[in-house]
Amino acid sequence: MPDQDSVKIPVGPQHPSLKEPESFLITLRGEKITSASVRMGYNHRGVEKGAEGRTYTQDIYLVERICGICSHAHATCFIQAVEEVAGLEVPRRAVYIRTLMAELERVHSHLLWLGVAGHEIGFDTLLMYSWRDREVVMDLLAEISGNRVNYSMNTLGGVRRDLSRGQLQKILKDVDVLEERTQTYIRLAQEEITLIRRLSDVGVVTHEDAVRLAIVGPTARASGVKRDTRKDDPYLAYGELDFDVVWNEHCDVYGRTLVRVGELMESYKLIRQIVKAMPDGPITVKAPRKVPAGEAISRYEAPRGEDVHYVRGNGTEKPERVKVRAPTLANLQAVSHMLQDGYLADMPIVIAAIDPCFSCTDRSVTLNRLDTGGRDTSDWSALRKLGIEFYRGLGVDFAGLNRQLSNSMRRT
Amino acid sequence: MQEETIQQSLAGRFPALAGQIRLQRSRRVWVEVPLELFHPVLDLCADSLDVNILLTITGLDEGEAFGVIYHMAGPGGIIVNLKIRLPKDGASIRSLTPRFPSAEAYERELKDLLGIEVTGLPEGPRYPLPDKWPDGQYPLRKDWKPDAAGSEEGGTHA
Repeated sequence: MPDQDSVKIPVGPQHPSLKEPESFLITLRGEKITSASVRMGYNHRGVEKGAEGRTYTQDIYLVERICGICSHAHATCFIQAVEEVAGLEVPRRAVYIRTLMAELERVHSHLLWLGVAGHEIGFDTLLMYSWRDREVVMDLLAEISGNRVNYSMNTLGGVRRDLSRGQLQKILKDVDVLEERTQTYIRLAQEEITLIRRLSDVGVVTHEDAVRLAIVGPTARASGVKRDTRKDDPYLAYGELDFDVVWNEHCDVYGRTLVRVGELMESYKLIRQIVKAMPDGPITVKAPRKVPAGEAISRYEAPRGEDVHYVRGNGTEKPERVKVRAPTLANLQAVSHMLQDGYLADMPIVIAAIDPCFSCTDRSVTLNRLDTGGRDTSDWSALRKLGIEFYRGLGVDFAGLNRQLSNSMRRT
Repeated sequence: MQEETIQQSLAGRFPALAGQIRLQRSRRVWVEVPLELFHPVLDLCADSLDVNILLTITGLDEGEAFGVIYHMAGPGGIIVNLKIRLPKDGASIRSLTPRFPSAEAYERELKDLLGIEVTGLPEGPRYPLPDKWPDGQYPLRKDWKPDAAGSEEGGTHA
């Protein structure tokens, strides 16, 4: 006899709380989640294998497309490793431009998150406001690079675009606007009682668990883990700039919100310093097409947490191996942990609160059918059959589930 | 210097490591570890040197053998990269999940993408390849070509 009081529910791979596919299997007792497991891999695109077959220059663009939001993060993390293997000294102006892009990207990512978080808790006004304000930084990014995302600023040995004095002044002006708006969000996070109560004690990860599970980024910093790669292992220009690591000991979604809005203010501080200290000089050095044999590991504090890239060269123009560890992979284990003993209704915000990015996580094979030479097409009944088989494979039988639910309703 | 302290501690305790440690730049230590010494070396790093954050695990196909690099981070931005080599025939490692739970995803990648056996991994779904991925196809092996799996039934589903 199965346990009549627990119900197993699959959430995903396609589901309403996230725009990316990921499958959760949760066991419910009443409204409480008793256990949760995650199946990843739906966005696996074979980027690591793909990188081995392309030149370093092509790989910059490939790696940049691991993530639509942290595109500069992945490209820079990758290029740092390549430049270490190649022994390239990047000009200081290029380093500062890379750092500037990194912080503008963080601002756009955190404002995006704030809107998503608002939406997940039914606070759509926050979504509308924060995404309206995010357009300020999106316009800046577009003006600098020509693109809202995938800025393609990096090239081996420097950056591809310089910034004019006028552009730098425009950045300062827009940062003032963003700062003023962010202050509103900070006040909101500190004072709006509905928001505080909705997010407090939800998705809890204690400090000990955060350390044990090795979680990263704002999620870790809201559990009292004072780790920020920009401070711990300075790269780009961070060693020369003044900023604070934002952290707290709330250990819940509310704490993660405070970390992100606090980090926005630190980013504005950094952007102003970068613009002020922007060195003169060239923006690139000539890089060889062939990179010598050697290996390097690079890390980068992306908006979601630490990116880790390993690159090994073999003396040719193509890398021998590229390995990517995106922050969501480091944080996903914590999600099962956070969901456990929580309410089903909290699931969307708990998942959203790590600011997950499954494209990054699954980066690593697109398969074209060589036998038929085209795409597979499935009609409705074939899709339905596939779905039923898929969920049966997970141990969930919808027919059985319906019976179980109607039986239990009859009992009450 | 932190890197040199780590170098001395490792070489002092394990004389076999003496010529195997490379300080590539500040905060980066690379160590080639004989297979039988791997767990003691890892324990020394984590227990005595505070190098106890597992960043990720990289698997490499080096022709005759597999290389596995454990990237361990510690205070002050240090990264100690411990590299072991496994013979390709029956390559197997022991899971680090009892001590480092985050190793689970990285070890599943080694299993799926290179075909390295990992003993002691907790029960759970595979990662990152689809459930219907054909057996014996390991994409990150150098001799693997994408068409090998593409023509298999079910390769595009799931």
